[in-house]
Formats: sequence, structure tokens, C-alpha cells
Amino acid sequence: MEFFSKNKIYNFMGKSKIFMLFSLLLIACSYGLLATKGLSYGIDFSGGTLVQVKYDQKAPIDQIREQISSDKMFANALITEFGSPDEIVIRFATTNESVSNDVGDRVRELLKGTGNFDIRKVDIVGPKVGSELREKGLMSTIMGILAILIYVAFRFEWRFAIASVAALVHDVSITLGAIILFDIEVSLDVLAAMLTLIGYSINDTIIVFDRIREDIKESKSFNLLDIINQAVSQTLSRTTLTSLTVLFVVLTLFLFGGEIIHGFSFTLLFGVFIGTYSSIFIAAPLLKWFGFDIAAYKNKEALKEKNRVEREKMRAMYEKGTV
Amino acid sequence: MNSPRLNYRLVIFFLAIIFGVGMSMPTFLQTEKGAKISLGLDLQGGLHMLLGVKTEEAIKSKIKSIASSVKFFAQSGDIIIDDLRIQEETITLTLLDKDEEKKLDEMLKAIQGLHVNKEALKYTLSLEEKEKELTKEYAISQAVETIRNRLDQFGLAEPNVAKQGSDKILVELPGIKTADDEQRARELIAKAAHLQLMAVDEKRADRANSMSPTEAAQYGDVILPDARGEQIRHILKEIPIIDGSMLTDAKVAFSEMQQPVINFTLNSEGAKIFGDFTANNVGNRLAIVLDNKVYSDPVIRERIGGGSGQISGGFSVKEAHDVAIALRSGALLAPVTLLEKRSIGPSLGADSIKASLIALVSGFSLVVAFMLFYYRMAGVIANIALVANLFLLIAIMALFGATLTLPGMAGIVLIIGIAVDANVIICERIRELLRAGVGMKQAIENGYANAMSAIVDSNLTSLITAVILYVYGTGPIKGFAVSLSIGILVSMLTAILGTHGIYQFIMPYLEKSKNLTFWFGIKRSA
Repeated sequence: MEFFSKNKIYNFMGKSKIFMLFSLLLIACSYGLLATKGLSYGIDFSGGTLVQVKYDQKAPIDQIREQISSDKMFANALITEFGSPDEIVIRFATTNESVSNDVGDRVRELLKGTGNFDIRKVDIVGPKVGSELREKGLMSTIMGILAILIYVAFRFEWRFAIASVAALVHDVSITLGAIILFDIEVSLDVLAAMLTLIGYSINDTIIVFDRIREDIKESKSFNLLDIINQAVSQTLSRTTLTSLTVLFVVLTLFLFGGEIIHGFSFTLLFGVFIGTYSSIFIAAPLLKWFGFDIAAYKNKEALKEKNRVEREKMRAMYEKGTV
Repeated sequence: MNSPRLNYRLVIFFLAIIFGVGMSMPTFLQTEKGAKISLGLDLQGGLHMLLGVKTEEAIKSKIKSIASSVKFFAQSGDIIIDDLRIQEETITLTLLDKDEEKKLDEMLKAIQGLHVNKEALKYTLSLEEKEKELTKEYAISQAVETIRNRLDQFGLAEPNVAKQGSDKILVELPGIKTADDEQRARELIAKAAHLQLMAVDEKRADRANSMSPTEAAQYGDVILPDARGEQIRHILKEIPIIDGSMLTDAKVAFSEMQQPVINFTLNSEGAKIFGDFTANNVGNRLAIVLDNKVYSDPVIRERIGGGSGQISGGFSVKEAHDVAIALRSGALLAPVTLLEKRSIGPSLGADSIKASLIALVSGFSLVVAFMLFYYRMAGVIANIALVANLFLLIAIMALFGATLTLPGMAGIVLIIGIAVDANVIICERIRELLRAGVGMKQAIENGYANAMSAIVDSNLTSLITAVILYVYGTGPIKGFAVSLSIGILVSMLTAILGTHGIYQFIMPYLEKSKNLTFWFGIKRSA
């Protein structure tokens, strides 16, 4: 079976301005959402308490709300259904320092008399730990992007590195926008999904760049646009196929993985789409926009090659003892 | 040329499969022996806590004990001092008798890490910075030790107590089943278990309910509540006769009334002090104080030798059991505070396992079916590599004693999608060459060669992010990073080397066959 007609070269670059505008619009919307609505941090990052309770029948949410808010400490508690009508999650900003008697125990006491229930999960994250996790999270994202920048610069060329990182920032930004739009709570899992996305989306981009590099070497053409079109078309089938297989597994995670990793699977699901889109339509055109020049690149490579040959000659002479 | 050929790639791949299947068996079959993957707290249920230690309390109590030894020294040596006060972390005092200056100075000098500031006969005592640091460090390591001891005796399976960072304590308790058990374990951890035997101030005992704490302090007394309720108060001499550090053992026993009580034994030094004190105070009362609550204050009828005593005070059997454990493991030098708690019930863990297994099986089936459908025989070969990858991933995780968390499960599911990527890249390259009319053998060999740089680059960048996740991630996220990194590394072995070996092995058939649809799912165009 074949998805794409075999040797056809699509003119991606001809439409690159449209895609670029579309992406800029999406990014602008994302940052607009970030500025107006803002991220909703889960307790992992904001600090607070989360209690997950499962009843043996439909959870009496109104009664629970009444019981919980009878204690002033929990006046701002948020009570929501979780996955099924039997299961609820209670969230509030209060935490406590006492080890032996914590807010979770207090909630358990308050809920007595609301029916048969099982407390399935209590998470308490103190404000100090929350801010520490936030710092670590930001740090890991920056480190991830930086490490990739260095790696690509080392393996390819600096304009490749900047283009791929720009594509990464593009993916992360738009995914962030989607997270805000769909009210996904930012937890440690979502952060992990973001980082996985960084690793995944750079994959696709690198496969395309690798092909560009190869085509430059093999082709006599100095027209970057043609080469990019050719490389993107050649890798199109692979890009879509891999995205498809990853999409399969992420989709099953999203559908069957359960409510707990919902944020994680949503982030990955959306990210895979955006990552695939950006490696096809955004990353390569950026290369052109950043002023990558084939002639200069070829000269540099030729010079490298010349130096290498020279060095080998020198070594050979040295070994023969003529120097 | 016409028979299948063994090659080193296939041999390595074959050995890897044997290793993978063999080493992953203990995990699949849950055998007694052998390295297995253990389930994380989020999958099997349990309690995870990050505790802080109020180290400043340890410094305060050290300052307090220095103050009481100065007081004791002055009283027993007839040195008259005045205005002995503790303010936060400093002690101030005034020496009234100038002739005794040398004696006091020598005594103070003997206390390690004490900084003495003298203005005429006014002394200001504080701990040196280095001593403060040492006290803090000791308080933390002592807390780790003590909590570990307590939990070991509590009777839970595999408690884990470890210092995390410079000032935090990680406590992990798998196998806690109910919220009551969990709370009981937490109470045991946090119990100060500070036992003191204190003399009742018989002269002022009748004023217990009217005296203010400041007035009591003037007489060298302290007012403490009764264990039965805050409204009952006792006036006790401030400096204890004996404290918990002199305790050697504590056991649950039953009183004549069949009430649970705790019998404790003192060391020889404690026994001597206890004996001397009881001999000199017959007819007076002795209060048994635990964590600043008075449990009982029996009248001393005669000298008590042997150094043993009893705490009674309406414990339940469970409480008595836990108090005895806490006393035996020693007091906490500084109180612990809750920084983070994650408690997961076993039923939620079971649900998570079920959900992720469904995702794993369906994700796997989809990918396998797709590869078969799209690439035919090449898909079969890629699928063999995928299965080998999963076995190897589990085997290696088991060997490292890795813990499987819910995000870790997600990582394995993700690996299924990512692992076939290398095969997709290779197959696409081979197809390209075949379409261009290159011969089968040449197409396969060149396909692998052409695909290599792209595969290595893409896998390495994925690996870089996985490693960063591991370094900066916490708890379950680390589990995700582990299964992702191992999966990526293993996929390089199975998807590249393994499949290449298989192609080389069946090359004679491949070369004879002209059926590209069967082998690679394409129609010959040339």
C-alpha cells in the first residue's frame, strides 16, 4: 500500500507564506489566551490539596458541597465530577504542615454521612514544593530546548538549529494555547507530555533536515526552494506514517488510559498533530527565511573536505617519514 | 547462495530475544525468584510523603539544654547568677559574684561550639554558626533514622525512608490499604515521643488552675495539661529528673484492670538518678510526661530501684503499641512537617493498571495491524522487532530494579509508536530505491545505509529530552523517563540491527522473488 504518489514533488514553498501566517495567527491566539485566561495550574505547581472520592452510587454533589463548605477552611473548595458520576474530585488551596492530622483527614470526617465512599487519592502539595516543582519544570523545558539547539547546531549547521528550535517553540506555544482553550490543568504529567513532545517533534524536523542535507550534497541545483520541496516531498510519506503510528498509540491512551492521564494524553495528541504540521510546513521554510545559502554551505563543506584530505595527505607523508 | 545465511546481526538479535524473554519472565509470571519490575505507589496504592524538619527547633532545644546545665552548674557550685533568660537562640545572664568568674568561664568554655560574649559580668551565649549547621544536620539524619526505625517496627511491607536533598525526608509506604491505617502510620511518624519524668511542685500544686505560666516560671515551674483533657493542669518542676534519652526499652503490657500500659526500662545512669530521687522524695508525686502531656502522677511510696516504670493513661491497644514503638526508636529532636503527600488507594491503582493495559494492547494491535497492512512482509519483520523491543524493555527495567509507574506505562505505550519509526524510515528508503529500479539486495543494503544518519539523529534528540526529564522530573515522571530512554536505546538494537539481520538471512529468497507487493507492499513501477 502507498499513500503518496511516488515521485511527485509538491510545491510546499510556494504556499509557505500562507502557512507561516496561519501559524503566526495561532501563536498570537495562544499568547493572547495565555495573557487573558492564563494557564490553570494544578496543585502540583500551585500547591493545594486534591481529594478523589468514589461513591458506590451517584455522588451526591450538592450534599458534599454543603458538608465541605461547612468548614471555613474549605470555603473555596472546587467539587467536580471525575470521569463518571460516581466519582468526584475536591480541590482547594489549603494545605497544612501537620503530618499526623492533615486536611485529607478533615475532609474524610466531613464527608461522613454522605453515603458509602472510598477515598481513592489524597494529594497535598505544600506551597514550597509547588514553587520548587514549577521552577524545575520551567528549567527542564528550557534545558530541553537548549540541548536540542546545541545538538542540531553540532550535527548540522546553526541555521538548521535555529529553524528547528523555532519550530519547537511554535509547537510548544500552540499546544500551550490548546491546553488553555480546553481547560486542561497543568500538572507534572502535562509537563512531561510537553517535554516528550519536544523530543518527538524535533524527530520529524530532523528527518526532513537530514534529507535536505543529503539532497544538497547530491543535487547540482543551487535553488534552495527546489531542494526543500524535494526533501519535504520525499519524506512526506515517512512523516505521515510515523505520525500515524504514534497517533494510534496516543489516541488509545487518550481514549482508554483513564481520567488520571487525560491531561498527559491530550497534550501528546494535540502535540503530535502540531509537530507533524510544523515539520512539513514550517521548519523547512524557516531555513530559507533565516538566510540559509546553498552555495555558502557547499563551499564550507568543500573546504571541510579539502582540509580533511589535506590532513590525511599530511599524515600519510608523516607516516612515510617525509615530513 | 540459495540457502539462508546466518550473520552476526541475526545472532546478536537472536541472543537479545532469548535474553529479553528470559529476563522478563519473572515479571510476567510474578515468580518468587528473579529480578522483577516493581509497581510504583501510583499503581499498587500506598503513601508517599515528603517531610521537612523544623531544624530551628533543634537549635532552640539545644539552647534550652545549655541553659539548664548552666543553671544546674550554678546551683550546685553556689555561683550566684541573675537574669538567666533565653531569647530565641541566645542566652543572657549576669554573674553577681565576681570571684566566681573564672569558674564559670571554664565551665562555658567546655561546652562545644558555644560562642560567649562578655560585657563586664553580663554574658550573652549563642551557638557558633558551624555548631548550628551541625545541629541542623544531626536533627535531620536523626529524624531519618528514627522514622525508619519506627516504620520498620510498625510491620508494613518495605517501608522506604530516605533523606532527599539537603533538608527533606522522603517516606514511601506501599501496601497501606485503608485511610485509618494511613493516618495511624502518619501519627507514628510525627510523634515526638519525648518522655520526661518530672517532680510535682507539691508546695504550689493546689494553684494549678489559677497560676499563669509566667508566674510559674518565676518559681522554676512549668504548667502542663493532663492527657485526659486540657482543663486538668499540673504544676511541675521545670527541669526534668529523667528524659527519654535514658530509656532502653518500652513494651506494651496489661494492668490489673486489663488496660494496656507501657512498661519502660531505664539505662544504668537513669536507674541511679531515678533510685536516688525516689529515695529522697517519698510521699511526693512524680509525673510521667509524654510529649508535654501528663499521663499520670503517682505518689512515691518507697525508693524505686531497677530503673523501670510504667505509663498508663487510657490508651487503646493500638495506641499503646505505637507509643511503645516510638519510645523504643527514640524521640525526634525536631518536629517534622508535611511538605507533600500523595496517597493512593489500592482500588485506584488497580483501575490505572487496567486502563493502561487496555491502552497498551489496543495501541500495540493498531500499530501491528497497520504495519502489516502497509508494508506486508516488511511489516511482519518490523513487528517481530517491535515484540522483541517490548520484551527487552521489560527485561532491562527488571534488571535495573526499575519501578513501573502510570506515566511509565504511558511511556511503554508511546515507545510502541516510536519504535516502529526506524523501520518506517528504512522501509521508505528501500521502497524509494526499489522504485528507482535498484536490485533487491542493493536496495536493502543502501536503504539501511541511507536511513542511518536520520535514525541516529532523531533517536538521540529523543534520548536527550528523556534524560533531561529524568534529571528534572520527580516521582512517577522519572518512571516515564526511564521507560522512554530504555525503549529508545533498545529500539536502535531491534529495529535497525535486528531487522537488518533478518533481511540478510532471507536474502536468497528475496533475490529470487520478483514480488515487491508481497515483500514491501509496492507495485513495481519500472
